[in-house]
Amino acid sequence: MSNMTFAQAIKDAHVVEMERDPNIYVAGEDVGVFGGCFGVTAGLLEQFGEKRVKDTPITESAIVGTAVGAASVGLRPVIEMMFVDFIGVALDQLYNQAGKMKYMFGGKAKIPLVMRAACGAGIGAAAQHSQCLEALFMHLPGLKVVMPSTPYDAKGLLIEAIRDDNPVVFLEHKMLYAMEGEVPEGAYTIPFGQADIKREGEDVTVVATANMVHTALGAAETLAAEGISLEVVDPRTLYPLDGETIFASVKKTHRLVILHEEVKFAGSGAEIAAQVAEEAFDYLDAPILRVAAPFCPVPFSPPLEKAYVPSEQQLIDAVRKVMA
Amino acid sequence: MDLTNEQLIEMYTTMVKIRTFENRVAELFAGGKIPGFVHLYVGEEAVATGVCANLTDKDYITSTHRGHGHLIAKGGDIQRMMAELFGKKTGYCKGKGGSMHIADLDLGIMGANGIVGGGPPLASGAALACQYLGNDGVAVCFFGDGASNQGTTHEAMNLASCWKLPVVFVNENNMYGISSCTRNSMCVPNVADRAGGYGIPGVVVDGNDVVAVWEAAAEGINRARQGKGPSLVECKTYRHRGHFEGDPCAYREDAELEEWKEKDPIPRLERKLVAMEVLTERKIEEIKGALQNDLVAAEQFAEESPFPDVSELTEDVYT
Repeated sequence: MSNMTFAQAIKDAHVVEMERDPNIYVAGEDVGVFGGCFGVTAGLLEQFGEKRVKDTPITESAIVGTAVGAASVGLRPVIEMMFVDFIGVALDQLYNQAGKMKYMFGGKAKIPLVMRAACGAGIGAAAQHSQCLEALFMHLPGLKVVMPSTPYDAKGLLIEAIRDDNPVVFLEHKMLYAMEGEVPEGAYTIPFGQADIKREGEDVTVVATANMVHTALGAAETLAAEGISLEVVDPRTLYPLDGETIFASVKKTHRLVILHEEVKFAGSGAEIAAQVAEEAFDYLDAPILRVAAPFCPVPFSPPLEKAYVPSEQQLIDAVRKVMA
Repeated sequence: MDLTNEQLIEMYTTMVKIRTFENRVAELFAGGKIPGFVHLYVGEEAVATGVCANLTDKDYITSTHRGHGHLIAKGGDIQRMMAELFGKKTGYCKGKGGSMHIADLDLGIMGANGIVGGGPPLASGAALACQYLGNDGVAVCFFGDGASNQGTTHEAMNLASCWKLPVVFVNENNMYGISSCTRNSMCVPNVADRAGGYGIPGVVVDGNDVVAVWEAAAEGINRARQGKGPSLVECKTYRHRGHFEGDPCAYREDAELEEWKEKDPIPRLERKLVAMEVLTERKIEEIKGALQNDLVAAEQFAEESPFPDVSELTEDVYT
C-alpha cells in the first residue's frame, strides 16, 4: 500500500496495464508532453514513448473515432476527453459507432475502449467545462459508465475498465484529483456493478456518487452526533448499476436520499429512485428524496457555483425530512 | 496498365455481380420482401470494384449507407447479405443490422454506416492499428460527397495526415446528398481539391472507368503501404436510382440521368473487353448466368431462413 492522490492512482492504473499489454495506447489532447490538463498522464510519455502515448490535435471526433476503429481491429485505446463537456462534438463516434457496433453487427464486434473524462464543478470553469453528464451516458445502450470516488476505487475500476471488452466511459470528478488515499501496489480490479457501502448505518440510506460520496460522509459525521445514522452507498458504476446492494440497504433503513451533482431532472438519481420504487416500495417509510443540482448550466461566479453544487446542509435537510 | 486479363474479367464479374444484386434488391423491396429502406449502388460499381481489387482480407474498409457494392467488392457473401436485408437470423448481423449496418470483420469490412461521415474516423483508427501493429495493412474509407462536408471527415483526414496513417480516402462523388446537389453544397469544383488543406495528394478520376479507379487507388494504397501516409481519390460518378428506393428524384433532370447512363461503367468495360478480345459474348453470358444462379440461391436462402427469435432482442449489446 502507498498513499497517493486520485490522479496518481489513475496514472498508476495506466502504468500497470500498459506494462502488461503492449496493445494499450493512450491518446488525447495534451496527454503527452504536457502530462494532461490535470496532470493525470504526466510521465507516461517518458516511460512508454510516442507510439503509445499520443498527443492529438484538438479533434475530439477523431480522438474517439480513431479509438473506436482501432479497438474494433485489435488495439485497446485509453483516450482522454479533457473535459466531459467536449463530448458534444464527438458523441456520434461514441454512441452511434462504439456503443452500437456489437449489436448492429450481430454480436461480432468487440470494442475494448476506455474514454476517461474530467467532470464536475468547483474550479470556476463555467458552463462548458464543469458539467456532470453521467445520466447522458447511462441512457446509451452499449456503454458502461464508471464514476469512482476514492483513489483506491479509481485505480481498481480503471484497470477493470481497460480489461473490459466494451466501451467504458470513466468519469473523474475534478475536485477529487488531489484527494489522497491508500492504494495497493500493482494490479487489482474492482468488478463493475458492485456498489460499495462507504459507511454503514441504520436510519437513512444515502446513495451518492463521486465527490458527493464525501459530502455524504461529512453529513453522516454531523448527523451521528445527533444520533441519526446514515448508510452511504456508492454505486461506483452507474451502468451496470448494482440495484441489489441499494435495495438491501433500503430494506434495512426504510428511507432513501439520493445525492448527485448532476442536475436533478432526469439525472442518474431518477433511475435509482425508480428502481427502488419498483423493487422495494413496500419497505419505504418516507418518500424518496433527491438532492442534486438545479436545472441550469453551471455558473461561473463563485457564489453562484457554490450554490449550484449540492451541499452537506442540503443533504442534512433532506435527511431530516425523511426522518420526520 | 498492369492489369492481367484475369483481373479484368474478375473486375467485370464483380461489377455485374453488384448490379444484378442491386437490381434484384430493388424488385424485392418493391415487392415488400425487404423492410426498412435500401440505398442502391447501381451506376457506381466501378468505384468499389476498382478500389477493392487492390486489397486483401488483411486490409480494412469502412463503408456508407450505400454499402452493398463495397461489401460485395471486398468479398462479402451475398447469401448472408440478402438474409440480412430480409431481417433474417442467418444474415450477417443476425437480422439486427439490416442494409445500413452489414459488417464482416474477418474480411476487413468494418461495416456499412448509417451516419453520413461516420466512417472516416473509424478508417483512420483501423489504419492506426495497422501502423501500430507494424503489419502492412491499409484502410480504405469510402465516403460520399455529402460526407465530405462533415466535420468528422475533416478531422479524420487531418489526423491521418499528422500521423502518416496508411489510409486512402475514396470519395464517391455522385453529385447528390439526398436532394442536395454539390453545386450548392460545396464551393470548390472537386472534393479532391481539399486534399491540399491536409498536405496530402488528391486526385480526381472518372469513377465510371474501373481501370482508372484501379490505377488511382493502386497508387494511393501502395503509398499507404510504404508508410508515406494518406491520400484522397475522388471518383466522379452517379447513382442511377434515387437516394433510397421510392425516391421520386424530383431534384434532378431526367436528361442528366440519361447522360450518365451513357457513361454506365458496365457496358463501357464490356465493350472494351470485347474489343480487346478478353471477353466474348459467350463468356459474358456464362458469367451472367452463373451470377444469376448465385443470386437465386441467395434469395432462396434468405426467403427460407427463419427470423430471429424475440428472445434474442437484448442479446449482443455487451461483450
